[in-house]
Amino acid sequence: MNCEQARPLIPAYADGELDTVHILELETHLPACPACTRALQELQQLKKSARQESLYHPAPAALRRSVLAELKAQTRTEPKRSFWSWLRLAPAFSGAAIICLAALLTVTLNRPSAHDQLTQELVSSHIRSLMASHTLDVISTDQHTVKPWFNGRVDFAPPVKDLAAQGFPLIGGRLDYVQNRTVAALVFQRNKHIINVFIWPGIAKTSAPATDSIRQGFNLIHWSQGGMTCWAVSDLNQTELLEFARDFAS
Amino acid sequence: MEARERLQTFEQTVLPHLDAAHNLARWLAGNDQDAQDVTQEACLRAFKFFGGFRGDNPRAWLLSIVRNTFYTWLRQNRPPVATVELDDEAFEIADPAASGEALQARHGDAEAVRRAIAVLPVEFREILVLREMEDMSYKDIAHLADLPIGTVMSRLARARKLLQKHLAREYPAGGPS
Repeated sequence: MNCEQARPLIPAYADGELDTVHILELETHLPACPACTRALQELQQLKKSARQESLYHPAPAALRRSVLAELKAQTRTEPKRSFWSWLRLAPAFSGAAIICLAALLTVTLNRPSAHDQLTQELVSSHIRSLMASHTLDVISTDQHTVKPWFNGRVDFAPPVKDLAAQGFPLIGGRLDYVQNRTVAALVFQRNKHIINVFIWPGIAKTSAPATDSIRQGFNLIHWSQGGMTCWAVSDLNQTELLEFARDFAS
Repeated sequence: MEARERLQTFEQTVLPHLDAAHNLARWLAGNDQDAQDVTQEACLRAFKFFGGFRGDNPRAWLLSIVRNTFYTWLRQNRPPVATVELDDEAFEIADPAASGEALQARHGDAEAVRRAIAVLPVEFREILVLREMEDMSYKDIAHLADLPIGTVMSRLARARKLLQKHLAREYPAGGPS
């Protein structure tokens, strides 16, 4: 190794990011080369000087308190105002209030509330599975391990597929609880994204996967196959999630 | 109740990195008041998105939010700063004539180092802070800043070279004048 080859490796070496082969080569070169040794020493000196404790700015105690207070204030549920106290205000805004109320009622009545509830439950289950390190009850990338695991745990046999070849490896399964019943949840991974597929017996009619909704930034895709209702929930982008669902349903 | 549990988990996993968050914000913003505003805003954002956090590196996650919050804040509060064009003299030693003692002196002076880091262009400063003060790997920095790893390495190299130049100017080869 000569200086020209050695010099670019020095930063990675000083940062502990160099691979073993290059470390060995560089360490052979260094003792024989004062110029490179000097460059390394300068860099180490520079690193040391940037790491002085007095240059670090830890959070002031007041900031810590204020962050905590703000977070607590945000999680506190707002006290509910009673119906009568609202009614007392009504004369003040009667006209506007009535229009608003009418609009609100229309919106409320037109809302498919059962569907909303379901998608909300699915997203909550998905989030819970990510948070509580309770993503998996059975950890296996083998569909022939995951599928039998559901025997005796649910009263149906969910379709289980490994889609590793398509870039969505199966990582396991678990039981979940949605719409007042135990459902099967299969867990897949795409890069760093987790995909939960919730499955339970439902409509016999087969329908192709279609994007259902986006909730709290999570994509929901719905389809049915073999008499099962299936929902895929993930923070993965819509296109890829749809691709996944199509692979799963095919 | 669920919200309270969420807050508790957040306090245990994310808030231990408040010092790191503030340090990055302070080095980016350059003054205490703005740094605290950015840190506070970033923590609130982090809490909001906490449901979607699933990684194993809460510090890097929080720092990426601090960084985004800072750049959003910068766009809203400051006129765009002209990007500094830097010449790329490859692998040149900053100051070949400096003696060992001069080097010692220029690097040991925390105030001089602080000034030298503070005047680095922000895109170099942030990489240097993450690498040296937070001891983050190239890979983690690349992921955090959404940059290719090669860009992280070249920015780090430039940051160091500029830093060396600034320090060499404060402490010329013959020692402090």
